[in-house]
Amino acid sequence: MDLQTTIYIVVGLSFALYIGIAMWARAGSTSEFYAAGGSVHPITNGMATAADWMSAASFISMAGLIANMGYGGGLFLMGWTGGYVLLAMLLAPYLRKFGKFTVPQFIGDRFYSKSASTIAVICLLTASTTYIIGQMTGVGVAFSRFLNVSSDTGIYIGQAIVFLYAVFGGMKGITYTQVAQYIVLIFAYTIPAVFISLQLTDNFLPQIGLGGTFSGTDMTLLAKLDSVVTDLGFGKYTTTTAGSTLNMFVYTMSLMIGTAGLPHVIMRFFTVPSVKDARSSAGWALIFIAILYTTAPAVAAMAKLNLHATVNTAVKAGGDLYAPEASIKAEARPDWMKRWEKTGLLKFEDKNGDGRIQYYNDKTKNEVAKGKAEAAGWKGNELTVNADIIVMANPEIALLPNWVIALVAAGGLAAALSTAAGLLMAISSAVSHDLVKGVFAPNISEKNELLAGKIAMAVAIVISGYLGLNPPGFAAGTVALAFGIAASSLFPAIMMGIFSKKMNKEGAMAGMLAGLFVTLFYVFAHKGIFFIKGTEFLGLIGGANPFFGITPEAFGAIGALVNFAVAFLVDKFTKEPPEHIQHMVEAVRIPRGSKMVDGAH
Amino acid sequence: MKEDKSSHAYWKATLGLLTKILIVWFAVSFGAGILFADMLNNIKLGGYPLGFWFAHQGSIYIFIVLIFYYAKKMGDIDRQFDVHED
Repeated sequence: MDLQTTIYIVVGLSFALYIGIAMWARAGSTSEFYAAGGSVHPITNGMATAADWMSAASFISMAGLIANMGYGGGLFLMGWTGGYVLLAMLLAPYLRKFGKFTVPQFIGDRFYSKSASTIAVICLLTASTTYIIGQMTGVGVAFSRFLNVSSDTGIYIGQAIVFLYAVFGGMKGITYTQVAQYIVLIFAYTIPAVFISLQLTDNFLPQIGLGGTFSGTDMTLLAKLDSVVTDLGFGKYTTTTAGSTLNMFVYTMSLMIGTAGLPHVIMRFFTVPSVKDARSSAGWALIFIAILYTTAPAVAAMAKLNLHATVNTAVKAGGDLYAPEASIKAEARPDWMKRWEKTGLLKFEDKNGDGRIQYYNDKTKNEVAKGKAEAAGWKGNELTVNADIIVMANPEIALLPNWVIALVAAGGLAAALSTAAGLLMAISSAVSHDLVKGVFAPNISEKNELLAGKIAMAVAIVISGYLGLNPPGFAAGTVALAFGIAASSLFPAIMMGIFSKKMNKEGAMAGMLAGLFVTLFYVFAHKGIFFIKGTEFLGLIGGANPFFGITPEAFGAIGALVNFAVAFLVDKFTKEPPEHIQHMVEAVRIPRGSKMVDGAH
Repeated sequence: MKEDKSSHAYWKATLGLLTKILIVWFAVSFGAGILFADMLNNIKLGGYPLGFWFAHQGSIYIFIVLIFYYAKKMGDIDRQFDVHED
């Protein structure tokens, strides 16, 4: 069977499975719609959380970014897992005890103010919409390659499917579909990694293989990679940091507290039966996530080495990387390169007209590498590889069988769809439950509340689709911005709501607004107002990364500090919260008396 | 009065546990994985430089252990102060 047919069959089967499950587990009541009836087993919830959490960014984009960044890419690995420790200890059990459907509802009740809840809705919408943009970019990449359409058409198809899928949903449907999607995506990610690890290191576990010996040599894989990339003028793989140590530190922190503050993840902990389950469920979620996250760095390093080995025969054979016959002839390049060229995500241009492909860093500051390239008559790097294709092309680069390639396609789509569904759920519940029912029309019927939610979903999909067509960066980079926003606005407010009995509504609201504003200001200065190209205002703040060289993706932690500082300052000069609120905080802190989640205001 | 003291003590015990875990959490990721990574890279763990290993592998494993340790210890504290769910 040819590759295209295999892909259609595997992807089609996986879609049929999800839609089947979504129909089987359709929500019957608002409790089932918002919180899956509060009866999901902690391990099941852990698996669903993992799928919810691991998005197109984790699946498609992350390993590619790590391959480009090397050691510095570890910030994604630590940041996106370390947040679960915070979530498990600081937020999840207490919010579960509080027992309501949504995050803005907690903020509204704890800070005894409709305005506080409305501000929380705004923060939630900004973070979730930014996040969906990243998903849409990922969906576009996956569809464009595997359905043989342009990336734009891919995004349109993705929009349509995600819409259909989310409207089916309800939290109950989404939960069980996410379990299925987790299983698809984890096999899709690990199977090619096992094959490649065997090929390159003779170890079947990629986690061991990454620390193993490069087959056929006495060098370790990482040492080999280090020597190849530095010889070609790139930064040393195992030590290159992301910007500076300070930037890496702050970036990691932003991702961690952003993880803990993302509403679509927090919401998943409303679906377990008890506080005890909320605690252990976070651990299970992290186990399921770690299977992918500890494989990713192996995929990154191995794909990078494989790519270099593909275009330069001296990588495997040893010898001079700059020898003329080491670079492969362009017409003899493998089929997978030709396939990816069609998507525009891989480009080859014969700059020195020798009919061979030279892949190296032509902007290097390494004088030795520069000299060697000049001496060899290389006139610039001839191959550009978009970081987002590393995982998707990985099995093709390693020449794995067709069914593995098809499985990776299905996995990438599963990752994007499961996260998009979770995000749309968070958006629609915030709009229908907290905004429409909570503020504008308290007497709305259950039916109209759900209708409002679905309309909100539709609008969110259109906006994110438009921005997905004009993305501000790679999928993982865009997603990182969403974390910054969640980190700077929601996380501090929720945490102060639990850990400070005396925090009042004025403090919390001022804090959220200040955190969100500072972060958005810094981000928009770099990426354009609401990510619209051409509206950047870097001149106003003194050039790129003016704040101690911190990049906009990493700024969330600073925003969170501003949030805390402003909140405590304002809190000092305003009235303390009423007695009954302080009692409520006491009650939230202990597990006894937890009940089913419900939506009553 | 006695009850209030106990809820106070419960919260103190909880915060104590949180602090301990957060110290480890910080030490393995921000400490070993970032601040001291260069130094630790001089030590090898199989084919891994140790600092690189903490950033790309080790801290994740330790995070998992931390959450389950927390869940277990917190359960003990709940029972000790008699605030556990039935």
